[in-house]
Amino acid sequence: MRRMSAFNVVSLTLGFAFLYIPMVILVVYSFNASKLVTVWAGFSTKWYGELIRNEAFLDAAWVTVKVGVLSSTFATVLGTMAAYVMVRRGSFRGRTLFSGMIYAPLVMPEVITGLSLLLLFIAIGLDRGVLTIVLAHTTFSMCYVSVVVSSRLVSFDRSLEEAALDLGCTPFQGFRLVTLPIIAPAVLAGWLLAFTLSLDDLVIASFTAGPSATTLPIKIFSSVRLGVSPEINALSTIIIGLVVSGVIVASLVSKHRIAARSAEERAAID
Amino acid sequence: MPEADVVEPWNDPGATPLIRIEGVSKRFGEFTAIDDISIDIYGQEFFALLGPSGCGKTTLMRMLAGFETPSDGRITLDGQDMAGVAPNKRHVNMMFQSYALFPHLSVWENIAFGLKRDGRDKGKIAARVDEMLKLTQLEKFARRKPHQISGGQRQRVALARALAKAPKLLLLDEPLGALDKKLRQDTQFELMDIQERTGTTFVIVTHDQEEAMTVASRVAVMDHGQLVQVDTPERIYEQPNSVYVADFIGDVNLIEGRAVVSDNTVELAWAEGRPAIAGQSVGTLANGDAATFAIRPEKIAISRDEPTERNRVQGKILDIGYLGNLSTYHVQLPEGPVITCEVGNRSRVSRRDFTWEDEVWLSWSDTAGLVLGS
Repeated sequence: MRRMSAFNVVSLTLGFAFLYIPMVILVVYSFNASKLVTVWAGFSTKWYGELIRNEAFLDAAWVTVKVGVLSSTFATVLGTMAAYVMVRRGSFRGRTLFSGMIYAPLVMPEVITGLSLLLLFIAIGLDRGVLTIVLAHTTFSMCYVSVVVSSRLVSFDRSLEEAALDLGCTPFQGFRLVTLPIIAPAVLAGWLLAFTLSLDDLVIASFTAGPSATTLPIKIFSSVRLGVSPEINALSTIIIGLVVSGVIVASLVSKHRIAARSAEERAAID
Repeated sequence: MPEADVVEPWNDPGATPLIRIEGVSKRFGEFTAIDDISIDIYGQEFFALLGPSGCGKTTLMRMLAGFETPSDGRITLDGQDMAGVAPNKRHVNMMFQSYALFPHLSVWENIAFGLKRDGRDKGKIAARVDEMLKLTQLEKFARRKPHQISGGQRQRVALARALAKAPKLLLLDEPLGALDKKLRQDTQFELMDIQERTGTTFVIVTHDQEEAMTVASRVAVMDHGQLVQVDTPERIYEQPNSVYVADFIGDVNLIEGRAVVSDNTVELAWAEGRPAIAGQSVGTLANGDAATFAIRPEKIAISRDEPTERNRVQGKILDIGYLGNLSTYHVQLPEGPVITCEVGNRSRVSRRDFTWEDEVWLSWSDTAGLVLGS
């Protein structure tokens, strides 16, 4: 292997330091024995213990997961349907308008989305809680799902669907038995994206959450306003750990799949 | 010719066609893809739709499958009007150009796919799939996915899948386009064999005239949405009804001139001070009409000495192509045209008689060429 030049080493170090020093500090201080965040008083895992006994955090975490799973599932169903119609049904009156309207929430400031949803829920007299957060998250994440799924559908060989019809499928059976299994990876990617967005969201959730339901980001944000506690550091470290292991597992699996597939393709040619 | 003892339902006025295409047109906005086409296709035929890309052959096939609806006219299959019958309700199956194999299903499941939609019982489906695997010699690959087999095997899976439901009509869209030449030739004979054994009516779309000629019982030559000629391969080649067909199918020499019609012969005056050349006339020509003389290269004899044939021209060899089984000579006539003539290399050791710049005579019999109206 070629040795890297000094310039490359320096820029690499600076770049990664910029990205990861904040997180490293957070992880290190989560193992701090002292209550004061900025003073190191020896290694300890006691804050993790405290965290597990903290009902409020556990409740918030549970609400977040529930909201994430429900809203990303709804968003995936709606977003996939929207993408299918937009890509498949060719041109109809107002197609450009509709597709523009599907993607508009992507660029809409979250504050406005959150505010308008809040006004809607007040107007129809819906009590704010898990349901309203789920509805709000579904609304803003379905357009992301739609973007991911439609980019897959554009490159989808149309004759596969025609073959399904030709072999006796109704259009819905064709979608269920042929289209959906083939675009499944894109649909799954859309679901994961929606789930991540929902976990991450603070702005829209704080508009639509009520006293009965608080998500983890809201909980963290509000406790930090009273001062950063080592418990928050411990919680953040756990989240970082989950995300990192998720990404590593996903990339290992996809790498393995690609290698297996190209080996099979080579075997087919021989 | 073997044609003599083969049934020719299209010449039997009592025969009922399986498919009737009656005055069918298809327009996409301003563009007319199919212009008033009528064809009868009979049971167990291997029928080819042949033409350059954009001639409307694929549109016509898609109308048979039900993916397009005719703007005008009527298509009937086995007496049933197909208007408004959805693709999944037709006893017609199609083999797609891209094969359209379902990538998430194994070879076995691909072939079983259509059978399962009919709700037959499992034992019958399995028996039918095994029969199809055997027919297409794919038994060893039943458990593989489409990306785990070669192009030629994929082509056979597509064929087996389309045949599994025993359709009344099988449509093949450029079925051999993705295969290399050697494999294509083997597969053509395999297709004919399978067509004969299953007794299914095949309609094939192709732009490859050699392929159409090899496999088909009849060929429909199309151009710009219109039908130019429908006939057996032999008649398409030997009796083309127009310059377009003569030129599209195989190699041909074309000489333009004016018709000279006497009592029962038609000749072509093609150059000042030269005797007219004789050929069989196609259609009705009046004296002085613009006409084209068409003759296949293999029907022309080449010699050093002046032949006794009435139709003879003299020229100089411009080019010689040695193709192994035959040699082609391009002969420049002093009047302008370059005539191609082909001579079979029957003997392995004979020395070739002609070389570049040689003065030679070309000749042919009165029935070797055709005088076509322009």
